[in-house]
Order: sequence, then structure tokens, then C-alpha cells
Amino acid sequence: MKFLVCISNVPDTTTKIAFTPDNKELNKAGVQFVINPWDEYALTRAIELKEKLGGNVTVLNVGEADTEPNIRKALAIGADDAIRVNAKPTDAFFVAQQIAAAVKEGGYDIILMGKESIDYNGFQVHGMVGELLGIPTVAPAIKLDVEGNTATLEREIEGGKEIVEVATPFVVSCQEPMCEPRIPNMRGIMTARTKPLKVVEPTGEAARTQVTEFALPPKKQGVKLIPAESAGDLIKLLRNEAKVI
Amino acid sequence: MSVLIVVECDNGEVKKSSLEVASYGSQVAQMLGTTATAVAVGEATETNLATLGEQGISKVLYDNDSRLKDFVNGAYTKLIAAAAQQESAQIIVLANSNIGAAVGSRLSVRLQASLATNVVELPKMDGGQFVVKRGAYSGKAFSDVILSGERKIIAVKKNSMEPLHNAGQTATVEQFSAQLTDTDFADAPKQVIMQEQAGGILLPEADKVVSGGRGMKGPENWNLIEDLAKALGAATACSKPVSDVDWRPHHEHVGQTGITVSPNLYIACGISGAIQHLAGVNSSKVIVVINKDPEAPFFKAADYGIVGDVFDVLPKLTQAVKELN
Ligand SMILES: Cc1cc2nc3c(=O)[nH]c(=O)nc-3n(C[C@H](O)[C@H](O)[C@H](O)COP(=O)(O)OP(=O)(O)OC[C@H]3O[C@@H](n4cnc5c(N)ncnc54)[C@H](O)[C@@H]3O)c2cc1C
Repeated sequence: MKFLVCISNVPDTTTKIAFTPDNKELNKAGVQFVINPWDEYALTRAIELKEKLGGNVTVLNVGEADTEPNIRKALAIGADDAIRVNAKPTDAFFVAQQIAAAVKEGGYDIILMGKESIDYNGFQVHGMVGELLGIPTVAPAIKLDVEGNTATLEREIEGGKEIVEVATPFVVSCQEPMCEPRIPNMRGIMTARTKPLKVVEPTGEAARTQVTEFALPPKKQGVKLIPAESAGDLIKLLRNEAKVI
Repeated sequence: MSVLIVVECDNGEVKKSSLEVASYGSQVAQMLGTTATAVAVGEATETNLATLGEQGISKVLYDNDSRLKDFVNGAYTKLIAAAAQQESAQIIVLANSNIGAAVGSRLSVRLQASLATNVVELPKMDGGQFVVKRGAYSGKAFSDVILSGERKIIAVKKNSMEPLHNAGQTATVEQFSAQLTDTDFADAPKQVIMQEQAGGILLPEADKVVSGGRGMKGPENWNLIEDLAKALGAATACSKPVSDVDWRPHHEHVGQTGITVSPNLYIACGISGAIQHLAGVNSSKVIVVINKDPEAPFFKAADYGIVGDVFDVLPKLTQAVKELN
């Protein structure tokens, strides 16, 4: 079984977001970049399935050279080899085209990724890749098991879940509680250094969306405190002042 | 050219998020001087679909093929693409839901459209450009995005639009068939399992949420959260550590790595307000924090707060709501 895991490079979850003075880009000063937390579920599950079924796990990232430390980290966690598409990930469609091209080239059976990236929050790439390749997509999945050429998945829907069966090849976007994400161990870190990392140039059409400006949410006015003894007054304020109940 | 709106239905009813989407779409149609047509998916009734007139929809297309009752990615995508074709839709509006994202992303490739998800405001026409504002960085920021394609697909974030109510307006409901074949149902679910909902209110759709953290001490105390939620007609939620140790189910976990909610009222009980938690809730209109630690970071993000013990405060709040009703 050949697994392709798509990872993105995002600011650590504790990052206080700030932008450059023209509000056109993230201010990267002091920001630590990590593997997108949702992608860690995809990566770990692919490694678990490979250990059970045999095969190969390739990680793919669309990014410039500064993402390589996180690609090496994915190799340290247990991926076998990596591809970096040497380009800025300008929008979901651009990224999806790169992934689809890699799948055509490498003939992967299962293409895994996180539900969305915590920076762009697109939740789009999975469906675009599926459509570009004409194969099914299951998104977002909370469970993935594979037997022979058939996978059984649990797909989360609002208010419940669906049990879905699909044949390979297919695309799956992963979220918790699919597995317990692994962290690299010493041996993994040592071997990651020599695992193959191939750099390829991008293909396809240009992005179909362009970010013009970022903004931070408006600041809160400040908290109005109600003494615990008269907690019931809060309810009156919510009705008469805030008008939300 | 027209605006096509995808309306999700469940048990015969139009989902609340779809009323918002319909209102968004009809206002876009008005801005562009064109008509707003809806295509309904899921289990609907003609009577309920006709009321979409109140949200400014003139016509609703509906295929009552029983295989379409549950979500099927392949079939839904084909159905909506066929409706877009028939109506020469230039703009498609759908909910930023699990269904909307699954269908919208496939459609954007099939129809060569620009796609924006997580959209929070009506579009602006800026020097001939079509610009939407969307949530980014997991609730920590917004971005303005140009949709440069000739066709555009917009997925609207829940609770970011007040639904229109033009009383008395009705939409005409038309039978519509996309000539679906068995292969379109290849990814149909084998089984659909619905969760048991406290009070029947779905967290992603809820406009009021009562949420508990580690300060609740254990699952046996959740009746305090549920009682208040029930009195208010709210859904229940929790912080990540609470679902990690199985005090509550995973689908209740809100935050950066859980679901993002933006209700009118979010009441946080015994939650410290870590940055990853705030990311999932900070677009709520009014935030109430109950915490015994006056230094808890959540107070900085709150509109109202009570410094106190949840075990003392929650019963008082529930009592006060009951008295008010
Ligand atoms: C990659 C990553 C992703 C994460 N994603 C999420 C996420 O999506 N969602 C999320 O919630 N967290 C997330 N976290 C975890 C987050 O950092 C915090 O650890 C978590 O939110 C804390 O949960 P809590 O507030 O319930 O518990 P605590 O931080 O332990 O806070 C408990 C609070 O309860 C108060 N308290 C205790 N007893 C009482 C009482 N009797 N009455 C009143 N108050 C009381 C305390 O003063 C304290 O403020 C993530 C962390 C990482 C590293």
C-alpha cells in the first residue's frame, strides 16, 4: 500500500497572530512553525497502517526551503521519504494541483491530509484533489481502517457520523480522535537525516484567489464583573443589556 | 446569470445555517441585480421549502430521490452542478458545514470556480474586484480575499448572518432531476449514526452554548452544565482536556483543534481560556466566564464575568433563568 501524506507548515498554536505593517502578510518574527496539528493525525495513521499492512509512506509539502525542518520532522516520526514542491502555497487550488500531479506520478493508493490547516482554515484541498483525480474523498474522517483494497471510514457529519466504505485510491482528510499523534524519538531523528527528500518544481494553473489584506478581530470592551453572591443578576443583564436570551 | 444557493435540510426542516445562507445569497443576488434560486438537499418538505421566500428566494429546485436523503458526496456534487448549469449560476453560496466543504471543494474544480470558505460578511465590489472577508488563523484573524474566477463559490460561516424574514413571501418549488445513476452513489454511507443531543440542540448550529472545562472536576458534575443549558435552550460543549479524558464526547470539544463556534452567547465554566481554546470561541457575540481564579486569562476575552466557584454559581444561574421564563 502506498500512502501519500500532505503536510502544511503553520504557526504554532500558541502564536499571537500579528501582521506586517501593510497587513499583507503574517509577521513571522519570533513565530515558531510546526506541522499543522490536523496533519499529524494523517501522518501517524498512515504510519500505523503501513506497519500493519506493509508499504511506503511519502510526505508531501508545498513550500519554500524554510519548511524543510518540519519535513525532516515528519520523516523522523516515521515517513519513508518526502517530496517538497518548491513554491509558496498561494491558495488551496494551487496546492491541490501539486498534490494531484504527485499522485499521478507516484501512483499512491491512499492520500491523507488533515481536515484543514490552522492558518488558512480552508477545508478545501481534500475535495479539490479528489475531483482533479476523479476519485472519492472522505472528509472529515475520525476513523480509518483498511482491509485489502477497501477502507472503512467514519465520517463526521453535523450531529452524528456516517460509516463509509470506499475502494482505493481515495483521499481522506483526518481529524481527532483518529489516533494518538506520535512524536519523533532519537532513532527516528537520526535516520531522518538520510531519508530521501526530493524537491520538484510546481505545475498547473495559477491560484484562483488572492489575499489582499489581513485584519485582527475587534478588541473586547473589557469584562463587566458580577459578584458571585448576586449571580442571578447576570441573567438579567444578558436579557436586558446584552439581549442574547 | 444568477445566484444559486445550496440549502441543507434534515428531517423535513431547513437547517438554521441554511436560512442564513439563503439570506446571504439573496442579498448577493440583489447587489448584482439578479435572481436567487435555491437547490435543496437532504430530506425536505415542499411546504418548508416554500417558506424560503422569507429569505428572499424566488424558486427552489428539489429532487425527491430517496437516495439523496443522506449525504453522498458524488451525487450531491452532480446534482448541484446540474442545477448551476440549468440556472446559469455565476455564484454558488453554501454553508461552511461538513457537507458544504465536501461539495464546494469538488464543485470548484468541476466548474473552474474560485472558492472561499469560512466567509463572514457580504462581498464587497472593490474596483471591479469581488472581495469577501473570511476567518483565518483559527479565529485569530480575518482576511480579505479576491475571487478572481468568473464563477465563484462562497461557503458562509455559521452564525455570521442574521436570517431575513420577509413575512408572507413564498418561493415556488420545482421538481428537479439530475439523472443520477448508481455510480453517483458509490460513496453512499453504509450506515448513519446520529448522536444523542442534550435537549436536541446541535453544537455547530447552536446560538447559545454552555461549556465546561477541567474546573468542573469530573463527568458526574455535568448535570450543572446541562441544567443551565436546558433552561437557556443552549447546546453543551467542553474544553479539549475534558474530551481527552472522556468526561465528554469528542464532538463537544471546541477550540483550535476542535470545532469552532460563534454563538450569540458562550458561557465558559471552569475553563482557563488558553489561546487554543479561545481560537475556537472568540467570535462568539457575548462571552461569559465563570472561574474561581480572578487571574484566569479567559476574563480578558470576556464581556461578563463572575469570579466564583462553579458549584455555587451554576445552580444560581439556572434558578434565575427559570424565574425569568
Ligand atoms: C496543539 C494544541 C492544540 C490544542 N487545542 C485545544 C482546543 O482545541 N481546545 C481546547 O480547549 N484546548 C486546546 N488545547 C489545550 C489548551 O492549551 C489548554 O490546556 C486547555 O484549553 C485547558 O483546558 P481547561 O481550561 O478546561 O483546563 P485548565 O487549564 O486546567 O483550567 C481549569 C480552570 O478551571 C478553574 N477552576 C477550577 N476549579 C474551579 C471551580 N470550582 N470553580 C470555578 N473555576 C474553577 C481554574 O481556575 C482554571 O482556570 C490545545 C493544546 C495544544 C498544545
